[in-house]
Amino acid sequence: MPPPGICYHPLSSLLEFQGASFLRLCSLFLAPSILRDTLNMSPTQWDFPVELCCRPMAFVTLTGLDVVYNAVHRAVWDAFCANRRADRVPISFKVLPGDHEYPKCRSKRTSYEWYIPKGILKTGWMNKHLNLVPALVVVFYELDWDEPQWKEKQSECATRVEIVRQSLLGRNTKVAVVLIQKKTPLPPGEDVIASERAAALCDACELSGKSLFVLPHTDHLVGYIIRLENAFYEHAQTYYYTEIRRVKSHKEFLNKTTHQLLFVRHQFKIAFFSELKQDTQNALKNYRTAYNLVHELRAHETNILEIKTMAGFINYKICRLCFQHNTPLDAIAQFRKHIDLCKKKIGSAELSFEHAAWMSKQFQAFGDLFDEAIKLGLTAIQTQNPGFYYQQAAYYAQERKQHAKALCNHDASVMYPSPDPLETQTGALDFYGQRSWRQGTLSFDPSDPEKEKVGILAIQLKERSVVHSEIIITLLSNAVAQFKKYKCPRMKSHLMVQMGEEYYYAKDYTKALKLLDYVMCDYRSEGWWTLLTSILTTALKCSYLMAQLKDYITYSLELLGRASTLKDDQKSRIEKNLINVLMNESPDPEPDCDVLAVKTAQKLWADRVSLAGSNVFTVGVQDFVPFVQCKAKFHTPSFHVDVPVQFDIYLKADCPHPIRFSKLCVSFNNQEYNQFCTLEEASKASEVLENLTQGKMCLVPGKTRKLLFKFVAKTEDVGKKIEITSVDLVLGSETGRCVVLSWQGGGGDAASSQEALQAARSFKRRPKLPDNEVHWDSIIIQSSTMIISRVPNISVHLRHEPPALTNEMYCLVVTVQSHEKTQIRDVKLTAGLKPGQDANLTQKTHVTLCGTELCDESYPALLTDIPVGDLRPGEQLEKKIYVRCGTIGSRMFLVYVSYLINTTVEEKEIICRCHKDETVTIETVFPFDVAVKFVSMKFEHLERVYADIPFLLMADLLSASPWALTLVSSELRLAPSVMAVDQLESHVDQVVLQTGESASECFCLQCPSAGNLEGGVATGHYIISWKRTSAMENIPVISTVITLPHVIVENIPLHVNADLPSFGRVRESLPVKYHLQNKTNLVQDVEISVEPSDAFMFSGLKQIRLRILPGTEQEMLYNFYPLMAGYQPLPSLSISLLRFPNFTNQLLRRFIPTSIFVKPQGRLADDASIAAA
Amino acid sequence: MAVCVAVIAKENYPLYIRSTPMENELKFHYMVHTSLDVVDEKISAMGKALVDQRELYLGLLYPTEDYKVYGYVTNSKVKFVMVVDSSNTALRDNEIRSMFRKLHNSYTDVMCNPFYNPGDRIQSRAFDNMVTSMMIQVC
Repeated sequence: MPPPGICYHPLSSLLEFQGASFLRLCSLFLAPSILRDTLNMSPTQWDFPVELCCRPMAFVTLTGLDVVYNAVHRAVWDAFCANRRADRVPISFKVLPGDHEYPKCRSKRTSYEWYIPKGILKTGWMNKHLNLVPALVVVFYELDWDEPQWKEKQSECATRVEIVRQSLLGRNTKVAVVLIQKKTPLPPGEDVIASERAAALCDACELSGKSLFVLPHTDHLVGYIIRLENAFYEHAQTYYYTEIRRVKSHKEFLNKTTHQLLFVRHQFKIAFFSELKQDTQNALKNYRTAYNLVHELRAHETNILEIKTMAGFINYKICRLCFQHNTPLDAIAQFRKHIDLCKKKIGSAELSFEHAAWMSKQFQAFGDLFDEAIKLGLTAIQTQNPGFYYQQAAYYAQERKQHAKALCNHDASVMYPSPDPLETQTGALDFYGQRSWRQGTLSFDPSDPEKEKVGILAIQLKERSVVHSEIIITLLSNAVAQFKKYKCPRMKSHLMVQMGEEYYYAKDYTKALKLLDYVMCDYRSEGWWTLLTSILTTALKCSYLMAQLKDYITYSLELLGRASTLKDDQKSRIEKNLINVLMNESPDPEPDCDVLAVKTAQKLWADRVSLAGSNVFTVGVQDFVPFVQCKAKFHTPSFHVDVPVQFDIYLKADCPHPIRFSKLCVSFNNQEYNQFCTLEEASKASEVLENLTQGKMCLVPGKTRKLLFKFVAKTEDVGKKIEITSVDLVLGSETGRCVVLSWQGGGGDAASSQEALQAARSFKRRPKLPDNEVHWDSIIIQSSTMIISRVPNISVHLRHEPPALTNEMYCLVVTVQSHEKTQIRDVKLTAGLKPGQDANLTQKTHVTLCGTELCDESYPALLTDIPVGDLRPGEQLEKKIYVRCGTIGSRMFLVYVSYLINTTVEEKEIICRCHKDETVTIETVFPFDVAVKFVSMKFEHLERVYADIPFLLMADLLSASPWALTLVSSELRLAPSVMAVDQLESHVDQVVLQTGESASECFCLQCPSAGNLEGGVATGHYIISWKRTSAMENIPVISTVITLPHVIVENIPLHVNADLPSFGRVRESLPVKYHLQNKTNLVQDVEISVEPSDAFMFSGLKQIRLRILPGTEQEMLYNFYPLMAGYQPLPSLSISLLRFPNFTNQLLRRFIPTSIFVKPQGRLADDASIAAA
Repeated sequence: MAVCVAVIAKENYPLYIRSTPMENELKFHYMVHTSLDVVDEKISAMGKALVDQRELYLGLLYPTEDYKVYGYVTNSKVKFVMVVDSSNTALRDNEIRSMFRKLHNSYTDVMCNPFYNPGDRIQSRAFDNMVTSMMIQVC
């Protein structure tokens, strides 16, 4: 708890501001004048006395200790007063000499019958029981049990006790004796002398045994001291208990008519003694009773102050104890009740400021208590925190100020009365809350009206010297600190506004301005224009009174703007002042300003006028709402480089009278354009008011002014964005004073984004305006534009024969024709795969200009900037580009032609680069489908081939191309595991295939040995060389390599082949020889039989069993004799191998013919023709 | 009987604010503005509650010595703030609630007007009359 006399200072609470705001405010509060005054503020009449606000503790005096010269005594005293933490008993100790005179006890009243109290509570009473009248007096005396001169010492000690007793005559104060001994005492009972002498000493001093203590001066001093003080504490408690009983005992003598004051007094005393006894529950109970009693007192104008003072004291005690008992709601309820009861008890109307001061103090003290409780762990909430109480305290302080202003406006000639009616003989009042000139008077009518008048006059004159603003600001800043803590930013802002206004009243305009300026943006950003206007009006007054040019101009600008809710006459006045200021003259004073301050200000303004120097003020408008609005709009989002860039600046003034500006400049991200976009009129300052409605430089209120600017973009800026970075509007002349309103980007201020949003939402139809005018809301800011290249005037054609065939050199013919009026130069062609497609396409696409040789991997996918030369008007050129596509699929190809041309824009010659691009999607397909299959010599499909046995490879080429293809040649490149049986020569050389046609060829092959590989053996490659039939001679031939499929090669145990003629003739012998080869390393047992056939007779072995040695061959010879003509089945040969049951006749049928064509028997004459057939 | 009635937009700027002409208008403006601190806090506290279970009436925002400030928030976060004289003990919670409901209905009517652009200041005679009735009527 801080001493109540010293209020929290703004510095301490506002130091918590963070960041930039802290820096700003810090400088604000470090201004020395008020700081010093506040810290040194002495307790005023309204502050609670220290003894009320402290925590009452039992008062114990220690005598007989020489703490200055005696080291032992010093150590004892230190042990008592050092380290008094919460775990030590609550005692306040004081060292006094043994012969100290305690306050005299007045003789006890035996009857209250004729006693009439003069007031409720004496001003000295609390202090008396806290600091003057002890509960216990302890007499320290150095005496050991084995003291040789015991008798003498004993009587000296008794004398000392007696002196103390004399001084305390009539009081219940306890006395105790502590013997300081050098020796450690023996355990009780063992030291016979000790107990004897102790008893003797007690007798001599008339002490009970409980009040005699021994303090051995040994190592464990602190331990002994703690035991001692616990014993003291018990004595003290007994003392306060008896005091409570004593006060209570008075009650029965009291009557309600004359002793009403005593009821309160006694109840208060009981409660206070209970507090001293540390019985806070009973203290609280008794204070509550006392509080109710105080309100039962008959109140009148003469004693209302005393009642309120006492009610305030008791209320303070109750709230304090409630917080201490952790029942904050009780405290709040009590406080509310207190305020409700006392709010209307104003008392004398002539001193109504006193009531306000008292109310303010009540709230402040409660706020302090609340805050203290929070520091000790209580949690407060947003809607119930100390801030509200400080705020209310500030409110009453303001009320006090107003009352004081109204009541204490005495003429300067009125002298302070003499003798001072506020002086008392003692320098202080006898009773709390009484008037000094009629202390102890109980009559409700002032006995001496003259005295009363003088007294009131004295109080009023004293009130005049109170610096109210200081009190108000201190309270407000306390409240600000609290609301900041409890998430009330708006409340905080509001209080800061009040602080600012209070500083304004206190004539501290610098601080006022800083505070107001700090919170302005909060109100602006939330769009509370009424509040903003009110703050701005005060701020404008401050800046006027300090002759702060820039602030004055800024606030004027905003007060004239659309966010201001001022009436037009006010706005006119401000505008007139603003124009005056810009013309280097002094403005008229703001209304309602202090006359003296205005005088000072006028002098300051006059000095400003004569002072030369920098008088250009740049104001960034994005943070406020000035009276000129600005919007910039490029005509289109992009401009071709060969046309001038055009944009409009729209300006609108919201002030009541037309205003003239002297300069408008637009800045761009490329500063080279700035010079083209400046509007300036050489006008003298004196002309500002003349010629108002004419000319571009004059803004008529409510009318939108459109200013057109154009410039030629630089060719380097093609493809870049041109952005307006700021628009600067100069008001006033640069030679005198001027203010530069600077809009960032394309205009707009603190309020315009919200307005634009509302305008966009609105579907109100706007009234029709004349052609050259526009609605402000309908203008949409367009602060940047793109510069794009000039429109090309050439044609680009592509000629080609799609689709492209895989791997061919696909020809793309590009024709460029110029339609320009002048020669075009530096024509460049970029052609190839359009970037940004699948990366694999880039790998598999190659572009070249040379079609005579095949391009490989090293060629790029895109040829860039191929110089083509110049083109005269109408001329055309052709360029062939060859593309090789390695994979099928569709590709996008880009052909991009760029050129230079000279042209003029706005009489300015520029060289433009124009470009035109064409894209084409080309599909790539396979030129032909190749099907490869393996067949037996009988052209039967083979799943697998047998080692050493010939088979056929068939290749079918089916043309898939829509264009005719010429197969130049084909080639079979065999793998080592396969051998050709005869010459491998191509059968398809120079064959032309139309769409859908196919070509086939076959090769006879054989595999020497069976492969062991799982997947079969590789057979090799088939290479086809081809080109488009339409392609020219020099176009290279394309070789398409086809990898032949793998084939599974198996061993066969027995190979049978038959030697027979190609046909037979009826009734002519047909010799057939079967060769049986053993392909194994084993001797084979073979059973052979031949089934008869209807079409043949035959000779030869019909059924035989034989052996064939490994690697050898057995021949079987038969003579068939055909009987019927036609395609006849041969007598079927069946072979079974005993070792290989898998070798079936079915397998056999693959190798040997099963039928033969038999010709009919011809005539001999036809032999020649038969031979030909 | 209310001494001040205000309608505050979602963005916390005033759409409508009317106070008894006898007293300092600015004082009520500040009072309504500062009460938004509590409204904001209450709204953020109930942010988690389901939309249909949400109570629109916010109750007493904060008491001052002389006035009581009540709040109400619509589902579109438009706030109604009403300032009532502290001495007027006849006004119970229920009466305040019904006054807010009336205000809400009237506000809905304003919104239904196709010529009213949401977010503009309310300049409706019907709404004005309703507020007037609220400010003089003694419940």
